[in-house]
Amino acid sequence: MSSANQLLLEAKNVTKYFGTITALENVNLKIHSGECLGVVGDNGAGKTTLMKVLSGLYKPSAGSLHFEGKEKVLESPRDSQNLGLEMVYQDLALAGNLPIGENIFLGREPTTNLGLLKFLDYKKIKELTEAHLGKLKINVKSADQKVEELSGGQRQAVAIARSTAFNAKVVIMDEPTAALAIKEVGKVLDLINSLKKTGVGVIVISHRMDDIFAVCDRVMALFQGTNFAESELSNTSRDEVIGWIMGKK
Amino acid sequence: MDSKDQDKDSLYLKLIPYFEKYGILLLLVIMIVVMHFLQPDVFLSWRNVTNVFKQISWQSMLALGVFMVIVTAGIDLSVGSIMMLSLMILAIVAKAGAPWYIVVITPLIAGFLCGLFNGLGITLLRMPHPFIMTLGTLYIFRGTGNLISGGTPISGFTDEVRYLGHGRIDLTWLGLEKSQYLPVSLVLIAIVYIIFWIFMNKTRTGKWIYAIGGNPNAARASGINVNKILVIVYSLCGFLSGIGALILAGRTDSGYPNAGLQSELDAIAACIIGGASFFGGRGTVLGVFAGVMIMGILRNGLNLMDVSSFWQQVLIGSIIVLAVYVDVLRRDFGTRK
Repeated sequence: MSSANQLLLEAKNVTKYFGTITALENVNLKIHSGECLGVVGDNGAGKTTLMKVLSGLYKPSAGSLHFEGKEKVLESPRDSQNLGLEMVYQDLALAGNLPIGENIFLGREPTTNLGLLKFLDYKKIKELTEAHLGKLKINVKSADQKVEELSGGQRQAVAIARSTAFNAKVVIMDEPTAALAIKEVGKVLDLINSLKKTGVGVIVISHRMDDIFAVCDRVMALFQGTNFAESELSNTSRDEVIGWIMGKK
Repeated sequence: MDSKDQDKDSLYLKLIPYFEKYGILLLLVIMIVVMHFLQPDVFLSWRNVTNVFKQISWQSMLALGVFMVIVTAGIDLSVGSIMMLSLMILAIVAKAGAPWYIVVITPLIAGFLCGLFNGLGITLLRMPHPFIMTLGTLYIFRGTGNLISGGTPISGFTDEVRYLGHGRIDLTWLGLEKSQYLPVSLVLIAIVYIIFWIFMNKTRTGKWIYAIGGNPNAARASGINVNKILVIVYSLCGFLSGIGALILAGRTDSGYPNAGLQSELDAIAACIIGGASFFGGRGTVLGVFAGVMIMGILRNGLNLMDVSSFWQQVLIGSIIVLAVYVDVLRRDFGTRK
């Protein structure tokens, strides 16, 4: 097996209960490097819960996660980040009151340490931010601009930049185009394609068939918390995938 | 739009960040100028200026603590009670004959522990809002202070204990007169505010405090231990209230049951006047300082002009509403694109 399609992340029989509600039941998922997997499903099918399990925000009630062949237990988002697993949340998880650069490095800021005190290295944050935004061809006025001053598309771009700033291997995106103007959707999809080229495995959760068919290589459907169907994109059609979402095969 | 308009617009856009940062200082300067014209002989005299700083000394500590809490989108209603309890503990320890260096340190530890109690209560007991926890401790701490002191004042501390609140730095070596001294509390305010300015603006923890106020979910998703930061913030707030108690002990030479009564509201008012947002994530240390100064100068100026304290209440309330309304206008102006 070449490194281009090396298995990065595998979820085996993941089950998650919230009280008496079963949100996920024996769900399996695989993602390889350089691949984009689309995850579809109706509201409440368990897509977001699955992603939160993968990112370490929820602990699975049963089942296991394997990263590059080794079983891992994720205690917090920090654990998954350390493995190279990044999440772009639907609500973007950006702090609007902070500038772009500080959002990209939030929680992982470069610092100069003086005893117990960790002083932020603002110069380095700015340099790294500009270099990283340039690499991803994301245009903003300045890295010092506050996130609340950005458009929806720019925010999404910042969120994606944030997820890839630390050599991510797998990037999980929850509805990456849901809140965007039509002309901004194309830019985000371009960004996903360029991530794939660098060998990153991308998982895209989306309702939008246009997005799935523009960037994904494989698509899987969840229905009422279980694996319902899965296919290479080339072997399926929009109508079939829409049928899966509604629970019809 | 012609190019002249564009130039004008870009000038506005360039000025907005300065307005956001320094607008409140402008208000402070205007107040000082107005007061100076109303009371030209007295207001800017050495005696009166140092008086203002002595009067705001302990309030400025409470306001700084509450400010950090407000940045996290929280609130601390218990700072006045923390200060009173710390003051009573100081008084009891002093009366028991402990050496001055022990006496001086007790209110700081007591304040810190009270703040820690608030922080742990909010995070571990998962209180739905800090308002509830600190409303509870507002009563608990003041009640405890009265229990341990029997509800009576305890007076008489040594000079060492009173130094921070009452001490004078002689400036005669600069050729100034004996009456033109520098209050130690003024130096203390400067040092504490500079330290906390550095903490909030230059350190990682300070940045995380702003991030939590901006979007707690983003902070959590970034792997920041939000609860730990909140406990630190409430503990520091308690610690600052402890410093307030030490200053107050120096100023009044007494621990008394009504110490700091309703001062939590003054502290909150100073933060709001200074531009801190109740929704968190917004506000500056400099702004809080300006807020404290504005309230201090207003009280002082009205006293000089012999205006009744009832009018002072009305005016301070009006300033709160006005300052926030100016802020609303400023934000409208700032978001105009």
